[in-house]
Amino acid sequence: MKKSHRLLGLFSNFEEATKAIYDIRADKVSGVSVKDVTLISPIEHPEVEEALGDRGVHVQFFTLFGGLFGLIGSWVWISAAQATFLVQPQGGKPVVTLVTNFVLNYEMMILGGVLFTLIGLLVGARLPSRPGTLYSEKISLDQIGILLEVNEPNLAPLKSLFHQHNVVEIREEIIR
Amino acid sequence: MKDIAIHSQENDIREDLPWKQINTDILRSLDNPRRGYWYSIIVCLVLLAIGFTAEVIQYRTGMGMSKNHPHMWNLYIATFIFWIGMSHSGTLLSAILHIVHADWRKPIYRFAEAMTTFSLMTALLFPVIHLGRLWNFYWVVPYIPSRGTWPNFRSPLSWDGFAIMTYLTSSALFLYIGMLPDLAIARDNTTGWRKQLYSTLSLGWCGNDRQWRVFRKAYMLMAIFLIPLAVSVHSIVSSDFAMSINPGWHVTTFPPYFVAGALYSGCAAIITLFILLRYYFRWEEYMTLPILEKICKLTFAIAMMWTYLNLVEFASVWYGHDVYGKEVLWGKMTGAYAPAFWSMMFFGSVLPFALAFRTLRRHIPTMMAVSILLNVGMWLERWMIVSPTLSQSFYPWSWDVMWPTLTSWAIVLGSFGWFGLLFLVFVKIFPSVSMYEVKEMVYHRKLATEKAAAHVGGGAPAYGAHTKKEDAV
Repeated sequence: MKKSHRLLGLFSNFEEATKAIYDIRADKVSGVSVKDVTLISPIEHPEVEEALGDRGVHVQFFTLFGGLFGLIGSWVWISAAQATFLVQPQGGKPVVTLVTNFVLNYEMMILGGVLFTLIGLLVGARLPSRPGTLYSEKISLDQIGILLEVNEPNLAPLKSLFHQHNVVEIREEIIR
Repeated sequence: MKDIAIHSQENDIREDLPWKQINTDILRSLDNPRRGYWYSIIVCLVLLAIGFTAEVIQYRTGMGMSKNHPHMWNLYIATFIFWIGMSHSGTLLSAILHIVHADWRKPIYRFAEAMTTFSLMTALLFPVIHLGRLWNFYWVVPYIPSRGTWPNFRSPLSWDGFAIMTYLTSSALFLYIGMLPDLAIARDNTTGWRKQLYSTLSLGWCGNDRQWRVFRKAYMLMAIFLIPLAVSVHSIVSSDFAMSINPGWHVTTFPPYFVAGALYSGCAAIITLFILLRYYFRWEEYMTLPILEKICKLTFAIAMMWTYLNLVEFASVWYGHDVYGKEVLWGKMTGAYAPAFWSMMFFGSVLPFALAFRTLRRHIPTMMAVSILLNVGMWLERWMIVSPTLSQSFYPWSWDVMWPTLTSWAIVLGSFGWFGLLFLVFVKIFPSVSMYEVKEMVYHRKLATEKAAAHVGGGAPAYGAHTKKEDAV
């Protein structure tokens, strides 16, 4: 069922925010699951993220693909270029020189890996995007936010849970 | 408890720094530097103008302006290697320290990475300048069918092109990605054109858990790629020389020697820029003396490594059977280049002992002078790599001691103005201390200290709670 409200609770105490997530995880608010929670934090915060449970990251597959693409692609590209050198005098040396080409393939493997990691980051983090209407500038300062989409009947219990954990501010919008 | 109290005095950063103050202090650099900043901008502009004028003269007159001499390009190539070397410590050290979770890198890595990017951009000027005929530069671009120019993939010069462009691209991306959360902070705290700029560059970063998780992994993966890349780049630059058969260049220790020299000059430059930024933006809270001490210790260790590799190179030539190589080495020590050689040895191997003394490491004017002189030594090292061999190579028609003209020196000076200007503009437009990571550092250290305080009666001190004795080592 499509959720009707979006709610952002801002906390200045990180421990309380973590406890609030654990309470949601323990189903203390019916109809609200930890899967619905988005944590918005001013710093990289693995300790608090742990409360959200395991959420997969797939950027490494982009990196692997990019590295292999750079390695194999550059080998094909450079060898293909060298193959057209047949008309040039080679002085007895091989046309496609594997050993020296490896230096270039190595560099291109790294370049491919880096570029595809960037693509992986953009895809995985869904960037570019807009921060959202509920986003508060206090988050980039020193507060932590818990963002949820809920139905109207769950709104009051959720707000009550946030208040139990000393929420500083609650922002709310209706999803159209 | 006493240990913890001592530790807090000696800490890399104050653990009770309010996060709001961190934002305010760092973002202040975008508005309000000391006057010294503007004086530095003027100095850089003057140097750049001198360099540009000299380049115009050389462009109009031809390379004869730098003497009609078979190795008139030696100053430019020596300076090219110097700038490539300078670029090494920033991104490489940042990546290594990130992987090993050395959190003292956090207040200093941003400007060090910027230094890498701008050093590479400066270095790239010199292959073009040393050609002389700038208008024909496009001839070296290998689009095969139209002009019949065939790239030689067996040549270290073409490896150079690939390696440096890869390093420049990767370093710039590493710098940019690491800056994303800070661009969002800047977006939230500025107005006008700055807000527009940071809004665009921050790509709408809001710091949700999805973004942080992907960011953490992507940043680590990039750091892992950058370490072998940085090592390969300077090894390849060394191959430009080592793969020739010229005496003094055909040395198997050249790749590690170049990498050590690059790290060395980069670390010295980090000390110089650290001190300057600390002064310009009143960042005593972030660029602290304990962090300066750590960089100095690292620089000292690298200086000793560089000295060792130098001695290995001398010994292998001295005890080898290559009479030509030995002649070049002897020529360096006693011939026309001897003053430069012995200055290099003094600045590179003796002067770094100043970094071994705690009192000197904590004396900022001394460290400023030492760091600049270390880089003078490193520049001389590059000069000593390129010039003596050219003066005594296997081509008799090139046997001569060549001293560059004023025009050439002016172009080299101009490169310092160019680098300085790029760097100074960067630190004025972008936050050059990582705000979100300084917050992390403060947060985690505070937690560690609280944990240590809780355990102080029983177990061993926790993370971060080392003693003054350990600090003094």
